[in-house]
Amino acid sequence: MTLSRRTLIAGSLALPALGPLAARGETFAGTYQPKAQAIAPGVWMVRGVDAPIAFANGGAIANRAIIATDAGPVLFDPGVSLADGEAMAALALRLTGKPVARVYVSHLHPDHALGAVAFAPQIVHALPGTREDLLRDVEGFSDAMYRILADWMKGTQIAIPQGDVRAGEVTFGGRALRLLALCGHSHADLALLDTSTATLLAGDLVFHDRAPSTPHANLAAWPRALDTLAATPHRVLLPGHGPLDDKGRAIAQTRDWLRWLESALNQAADSGLTMSEAGMIAIPERFASLACARYELQRSVSHFYPALEMNVLPALKPE
Amino acid sequence: MWVYHARRLFSDAPVHFDAAVRILVPQIAENQHAFPVTIDARALGTVQRILLFADLNPIPLAIDYTPGPLAQPFVATRIKLDQRTPVRAAVQTGDGVWHVAGEWVDAAGGGCSAPPVSRVKGDWADHLGELHGRAWPGADDTRLRIAVRHPMDTGLVENIPAYNLETLTIADAGGAVLTRMAMHGSVAEDPVFTLLLKGHQSAYAVTARDTSGLEFKGIIPGEGVSSPRTPS
Repeated sequence: MTLSRRTLIAGSLALPALGPLAARGETFAGTYQPKAQAIAPGVWMVRGVDAPIAFANGGAIANRAIIATDAGPVLFDPGVSLADGEAMAALALRLTGKPVARVYVSHLHPDHALGAVAFAPQIVHALPGTREDLLRDVEGFSDAMYRILADWMKGTQIAIPQGDVRAGEVTFGGRALRLLALCGHSHADLALLDTSTATLLAGDLVFHDRAPSTPHANLAAWPRALDTLAATPHRVLLPGHGPLDDKGRAIAQTRDWLRWLESALNQAADSGLTMSEAGMIAIPERFASLACARYELQRSVSHFYPALEMNVLPALKPE
Repeated sequence: MWVYHARRLFSDAPVHFDAAVRILVPQIAENQHAFPVTIDARALGTVQRILLFADLNPIPLAIDYTPGPLAQPFVATRIKLDQRTPVRAAVQTGDGVWHVAGEWVDAAGGGCSAPPVSRVKGDWADHLGELHGRAWPGADDTRLRIAVRHPMDTGLVENIPAYNLETLTIADAGGAVLTRMAMHGSVAEDPVFTLLLKGHQSAYAVTARDTSGLEFKGIIPGEGVSSPRTPS
């Protein structure tokens, strides 16, 4: 046995640091402090942090919107946890003087959906497909969020939207809204147009200066949803992640990334790259402004590469 | 755990932590059932063995590769992770010294203790042992990628005993062995292996053997000449 004590200690220290949690001992969850910014008459956005879900940000990474109506404010995406949803409810009450009267959940992902538990189930609405997705996946999401966010998730129980949304025009509290039932980022993606101000809430169908995430994406369907959004006249667009788009560039940027991603991964598989090599391919200079680009590329490799490999590895004959 | 593994795996041999062992992993374990790892030890010269292991996995050792003189010390596959753990590559050079590199990987639980997808779908037996593969000839070496349909059962799921591939052998057209690898149930379901063989062969005969003694065989045609779109 020539493993000296020094070598053994080096063995436990030779790995790169795991991050602040391991280094500092206990850290405590903070308080959600959502900030509203008016983007149109009676419409506010609450920006998420353009980062992965992490303990440091409490998982408050998704953009949300509050729309004032005579019946009370509409909240588009309730956030990641009970406390996050409650903070959004308090903010909406402060802004409009009325409690939240309607919550829309844009799609199944936990940073958008789990905060629904802060509201009466009957006012939380989503596409039927989102309800199905949540019934299947919400327990796993909840486990994953508790693992990463710990005390930020305190009291967050599973809540399934009770109201079904159908595509079309609705009037809520005197305000005309157009609901779009789409898919591509997930199996059911809700977008909402506030008709009078031409404000388009795109949910995670559109990312802006933040790389798109693809855990439930359908790369064939997603561009068609982008076509529909592009054909919906709007003045400003609130993406699911990243800054407000008032220059009409976020849809094109999302489309560009998805097209590049699909072709780059196909090319990587066809040139025989391993899965970890595929996560290290060069990201084109034009995506330099996108936050989390390498991170989301590596997630997408995990989502798509095993299937793409099988397209380029022929079946072997025995002799 | 490091002490335990080091004693068990390296016995009396000297051990160095060496950045010359390149271990390539993504920054996030997006799927704890299939975490990709590429090990490249070509900077070390002659290599006897390459071990891939995760300290805190219930089945720590994933692969034990003996590249031999006809293969480069390069290997890639995907492994299961049962929790946050160091993932390490240990490479033994011709002088008997072990060179070790690793990364801490933060992973959700359950990679080894959840049933494989094909068990849940119930179609594992329909595809058992199906082989896919391809050769990418480069200037000096040939890259082989081999995919085997196999549930790679860990034995840690209720009512499903351990059942996994245990060896992979590559031979030339005449049957002479070029390189061989042993593996365990911590390799991901439907494993894919990437190897780098020296030179070029007209054909590569693949034999994968599992713990029930079944052998799955297939031939990968060599493409003979070098191709411009070959990776590193």
